[in-house]
Amino acid sequence: MIRLENLRKVFSGSTRPAVTDLTMDIARGECVTLIGPSGCGKTTTLKMINRIIEPTSGQITVDGRNAMAIPVHELRRSIGYVIQQIGLFPHRTIAQNIGTVPSLLGWDDTRIADRVEELVETVGLDHEMLGRYPSELSGGQQQRVGVARALAADPPVLLMDEPFGAVDPIVRNRLQAEFHELQDSLGKTVVFVTHDVDEAIFLGNRMAILEMGGILAQYDAPEKILAEPASMFVERFLGGERGLKRLSLLAVIDAGLERGPFVDVTAGPEEARRVMEANAVDWLGLLDGDRLLGWVDGSRVGSSQLRDLEPRSFLVTLDSRDSLRTALDAVVTSHARVAVVVDDGIYRGMLDLEAIAGEVTE
Amino acid sequence: MTFWEELEAFLTAPDTWSGPDSIPTRLWEHVWISVVAVLVASILVLPLAVWLGHIRRGSGVASTVVNIGRALPSFGILAISFLVLVQMGAGVGEPWAVLVALIALAAPPLFTNTVTGIQSVEAWTVEAARGMGLTGKEVLSSVEIPLSTPLIVEGLRIATVQVIATATLGALVAWGGLGRYIVDGFARQDMGRLIVGAVLVGLLAIVAELGLGALQRGSAPKGARRGDVGNPAQRSTV
Repeated sequence: MIRLENLRKVFSGSTRPAVTDLTMDIARGECVTLIGPSGCGKTTTLKMINRIIEPTSGQITVDGRNAMAIPVHELRRSIGYVIQQIGLFPHRTIAQNIGTVPSLLGWDDTRIADRVEELVETVGLDHEMLGRYPSELSGGQQQRVGVARALAADPPVLLMDEPFGAVDPIVRNRLQAEFHELQDSLGKTVVFVTHDVDEAIFLGNRMAILEMGGILAQYDAPEKILAEPASMFVERFLGGERGLKRLSLLAVIDAGLERGPFVDVTAGPEEARRVMEANAVDWLGLLDGDRLLGWVDGSRVGSSQLRDLEPRSFLVTLDSRDSLRTALDAVVTSHARVAVVVDDGIYRGMLDLEAIAGEVTE
Repeated sequence: MTFWEELEAFLTAPDTWSGPDSIPTRLWEHVWISVVAVLVASILVLPLAVWLGHIRRGSGVASTVVNIGRALPSFGILAISFLVLVQMGAGVGEPWAVLVALIALAAPPLFTNTVTGIQSVEAWTVEAARGMGLTGKEVLSSVEIPLSTPLIVEGLRIATVQVIATATLGALVAWGGLGRYIVDGFARQDMGRLIVGAVLVGLLAIVAELGLGALQRGSAPKGARRGDVGNPAQRSTV
């Protein structure tokens, strides 16, 4: 789908190339993460694909077309582009921002409006936001708009330059998990630059690790790279915890979830105590049907109806699409050493340190 | 005569209200020369300034221009252009020398605010626009110019107010305008005439200031008004 051949970039005023004769093939529907130390040329490589940066020499083929031979604005209209700084147009509404490329392509207004509606669903935004301006949205919401804008004309290729780098860690985990799922269903060809190894492992079907000067150090599936780093450089770059990094390959749903000490609020004190004993804990999780209500201290169980206790909310909840690496961080920081998995308020199960450890050693 | 008697005498004289030296005539002369000077300066300066802003060059030029603009005395330019134009055959009492001086005065703030305004549009907004496939012209017309309009209008406001104030000097090279009353008032020791001229110039400048100030506030695109988060046009002017 994308082929880079002997791609080279020497910035004016510099003698050493930022990217040195890079050759890479990216297959249709594949998400390739580009990663490396800062200044290694990963962003330069990405930006040469849509010619935001013009290559000094080499060939770029996108979808069978020579990218250097077609008018640059035409090339870019067929490639979605998402950057860390988002770059929404502050004077345009969310709907107008998302509709940017379709209106450049001359779609009629109803078709654009329909597409915008559809995309709002896809990226998980509220319809109410369509009439607002970017400054009225949070960083996470703005980046969802950024992704929707890039997907608007349904381009076969997406270029993403550290898209989730500027939002806070919790929002970042959520956006990563959602993008992972989105990518599974849309099957775009994605080139994704990041400096976060866990993100690169979690999202990439293949990972390209670049050395300074844009030299390809290793290009393979993440599990392969983690198992067999091709060089000292790759090994050092991945760091000393490759076993833990494997956790980024798996989603929470892939690990065995347990039900945990959870009962329905209609349960009597007998059942509640039995469940706590069986799980050997002194706290109890409360559910209302499928919905998670929170937890109560074991000492309060029995004094009154469960329904009358005021449950406290869990500090750490996970989405079933989060990576196990995220789950590990969550479990370690929660005082109960467990994390509850909740999708849109629906309780899915509980994950403890042992279950995660089992995945590391497998 | 006391000051009040002089003022009354001037305001009740028939020549004050009709004829070549009347308030309507002088006011009109003052307004049109100011408007023409700002218009011509805009036509001369804006295209170059917009282009320099778009290619993100010329911020050095912009500050040099504004410094030269500040350093050059308008009266000096007026005197020189008057002498040169008269040598070239222009008639005394024609507006050309005044126009040249006023255009030279209006150009720097227009130039600098436009270059700075367009350059202050967030680099990422422009990169995203290019990445979406907007052509250079489309980036200018639908991103850079709308977002920098408040700064460009501010340049227009500064230029216009300075031009209105300075057009008064035209009377020194035998041109009309409201400056006529001030110069003649001094010459004839007619304080009433002098005060009326000074007050009218002041009022005209205030009207221009308020009117263009309102236009400036109204020209900020919705979503990018002052006080909004991330408004690129909010950055300092010069």
